[in-house]
Amino acid sequence: MIEFTLWDIVRNLIFATRWTVLLSAVAFAGGAAVGLMILFARISKQKWLRRFGSGYIALFQGTPLLMQLFLMFFGLPMLGFRIEPWTAAALGLTFYASAYLAEIWRGGVEALPLGQWDAGASLGLHRLQELRLVILPQAFAITRPPAVGFLVQLIKSTALTSIIGFEELLRTANAINNATFEPFTVYGLVAVIFFVLCYPLTQYARMLERKIPAH
Amino acid sequence: MGYSLDFGWLRDAAGAIAHGALMTLFLIACTTVFGILISILFAAARRSRYGVLRKAVAVYVEVIRNTPFLVQLFFIFFGLPSIGIRLDPVVAAILAMTLNMAAYTTEIVGAGLDAVPKGQGEAAYALGLRPRQVFVKIILPQALKVIFPALISQVIIMMLESAVVSQIAVRELAHEADLLQARTFRSFETYFVVTLIYLALSMAIRRLFVAGGRRVLGAGVS
Repeated sequence: MIEFTLWDIVRNLIFATRWTVLLSAVAFAGGAAVGLMILFARISKQKWLRRFGSGYIALFQGTPLLMQLFLMFFGLPMLGFRIEPWTAAALGLTFYASAYLAEIWRGGVEALPLGQWDAGASLGLHRLQELRLVILPQAFAITRPPAVGFLVQLIKSTALTSIIGFEELLRTANAINNATFEPFTVYGLVAVIFFVLCYPLTQYARMLERKIPAH
Repeated sequence: MGYSLDFGWLRDAAGAIAHGALMTLFLIACTTVFGILISILFAAARRSRYGVLRKAVAVYVEVIRNTPFLVQLFFIFFGLPSIGIRLDPVVAAILAMTLNMAAYTTEIVGAGLDAVPKGQGEAAYALGLRPRQVFVKIILPQALKVIFPALISQVIIMMLESAVVSQIAVRELAHEADLLQARTFRSFETYFVVTLIYLALSMAIRRLFVAGGRRVLGAGVS
């Protein structure tokens, strides 16, 4: 049997944290890209697109992330993709993030006075130009606090990917715990690491909230 | 494509799925009651005269909100026995869910308390009510009315997150799905059906709370 010192445990956990960080970054970036498309659908002039957008958001916000991850993990192979925990985790969290980000940004778009659209139109801008030059920059700016808040939620959510076999922080902790039988220390340390990742972002979101004047 | 969907197993599985759904509802019902009671106490403590109390609640809220629920659950279920606290899976699940939700609802209830105009409390004092009566009969009902929609959302989020307590072998909906798919080898179909049931549960809970809230807290609750 291998002896684990406290330092061994800490070192291994910190080493595994890079996968948690990487997965969070990939899911946030991917979620932003897909979320932008869902946002366009959600605020489209076409009724069926709006329906699709709100249905998409309701579906992902109304079902457990764990079930979404399982459906990715078991559903992708049926479509002929190779099944790997990393792919399922990254895709699952991307779709999950896209629904939340689209909903956050939609709130920002709807909070803008209608005059902003009219002003854009009176300058002769197309709808896409209006969105790109007038509406979205403002919508992103006023929704930065909830977007950062969601990033915290996303980082915490990566812990669920341990269940479908992705080797991130928590799964590594489970393995270490099985070897050392020191669950109090191991899971306590995992909590500390997550706290160190999330707390600065929480504080940042709070600071942004204070800085942005309420409409 | 060599795979075709098969839902033939569903007939025999209906009982197990219903049982799991009831367990999920039981967990969230307990969590809602305990969680909201605790968060009312904590929100009041957050606004009390005692600095230690205010600090303690603030630390609790920050620690819970900045760590994953699954880690909290594992800490409670696997970690606490090593300092002599051994909990049944169901008790551990309810404890973890309650502590988790209360951290979020403490902030929500607090915001509601702050939203009640000060004159309401002063008027009640002027009528000769004692401090506790003022809080329970005047301030709290008005605060709850304001924050009711946010509370409903938090309860639903917690219900969805409760799927992870399947990991400590609590026999709720997600755990029944795990067992079923291991038996039928129809993983995708099983999780698909169970996901739809979660969706139905979250819509049903919202309906129920909106209807109940209208009756108890009066009209205007959406």
